[in-house]
Amino acid sequence: MINLKINNLDVKAEEGWTILETAKFYGLEIPTLCHNDGLSNYGACRLCLVEIGENENTKLVSSCTYPVEEGLEVHTDTKRVIEARRMMIELMLSIAPNSKVIQDLASKFGVTKVRFKVRNEECILCGLCVRMCKEQMDGKAIGFQNRGFKRKISTPFDIRSEECRLCGACMYICPACQLKCQGPQADTTICNACLTMDPTCLDFYDELQCWMYDAGRCGTCIREKSEKSDSNKQAKNAKY
Amino acid sequence: MNTDIQKVKSFIAKYHNQKKALISILQDIQAEFNYLPQEALKFTSDYLSIPLIDIVSVATFYRSFSLKPRGKHLVTVCLGTACHVRGGPKILEEFERHLNVQAGETTKDNQFTLETVACLGCCAIGPVVVIDGNYYAQTTRRKVSLILKDYTKKEKDNEGHKEN
Ligand code: SF4
Ligand code: SF4
Ligand code: FES
Ligand code: FES
Repeated sequence: MINLKINNLDVKAEEGWTILETAKFYGLEIPTLCHNDGLSNYGACRLCLVEIGENENTKLVSSCTYPVEEGLEVHTDTKRVIEARRMMIELMLSIAPNSKVIQDLASKFGVTKVRFKVRNEECILCGLCVRMCKEQMDGKAIGFQNRGFKRKISTPFDIRSEECRLCGACMYICPACQLKCQGPQADTTICNACLTMDPTCLDFYDELQCWMYDAGRCGTCIREKSEKSDSNKQAKNAKY
Repeated sequence: MNTDIQKVKSFIAKYHNQKKALISILQDIQAEFNYLPQEALKFTSDYLSIPLIDIVSVATFYRSFSLKPRGKHLVTVCLGTACHVRGGPKILEEFERHLNVQAGETTKDNQFTLETVACLGCCAIGPVVVIDGNYYAQTTRRKVSLILKDYTKKEKDNEGHKEN
């Protein structure tokens, strides 16, 4: 057992756990994007940043890749962490503004402007598809190519790969190529309608998307208004 | 095509069929064929059981490898910070005009490939141009045609010798 502190709370972790796993075990939420429980850790999106160290001597690390150490001091919600996280969301938004996952993150963490040139690239290089193909589908059909500004995901020689079985897992897991947000301002670089609208589109079910074809009746998608406005987290649940 | 594969096989054997020698193997293939032919990469992938995509990732990561056939002479114009402020872009423009290709392309007669690089580590003599490993210091637009003449002339001389 390893003893460490997360947000001044004494916690114990198993040898080999990451900070993220430990925080999850104790019910502390750290947002993630490129992390998936079934895949290896990659540390690409930097959304899961936490601050480690004491007093002046702190630094930001990605909690999904950082293994726990004896006596480590972790803070998951300092000003520095929140600012860095917002910056990451803003950067990802400028690359793939059509991604609902990233738009939702922007609303959830209060990112209301994008100061960077919008590139509309529809891939944030999170590497989820590559790891999905390799580790779960045994495909090894796609991977990173080039570097720097030209880095991209593709098959060898950009032609249909013999190794791809068209299982679709790469698209299933991709945060950038899922169905576009259907909100009223979805076509703008930053939607933020979730912050002003009620009901919000975060996990929003309408007549057509309700799998019971009867939205609101069974009650699973309904929340009391007072409860909802309490925190952003609960705004995830739509209500009528 | 068969000869290609035999050569590739000998390159791999040179490094005792070891996966970790991938970059050296690719360097040998690049030196032999002047680019990395798809066939060669596929063969290496099968032979060493490295996923093809991993080999392509490595091959596209380094600028010294090329997946497209390169011309006989490789012209590299430095556009690093120091060379940039000393007029590197103008030199590049001049090369583009003379060779009638854009940076990254190869001339139709397969003689020249024009590429750019971000700093060669000899900024003091910038703007730097490298052709086939020969460094040209303090290049100016005027010198471009003279430099190129060297190579086109050599070409003609060689052909002349062959005929004789
Ligand atoms: S569809 Fe093809 S590339 Fe995508 S995960 Fe499946 S095998 Fe891999
Ligand atoms: S294609 Fe999608 S899953 Fe793959 S790296 Fe890009 S954003 Fe991530
Ligand atoms: S979830 Fe940790 S870096 Fe993406
Ligand atoms: S910038 Fe050209 S050699 Fe350094």
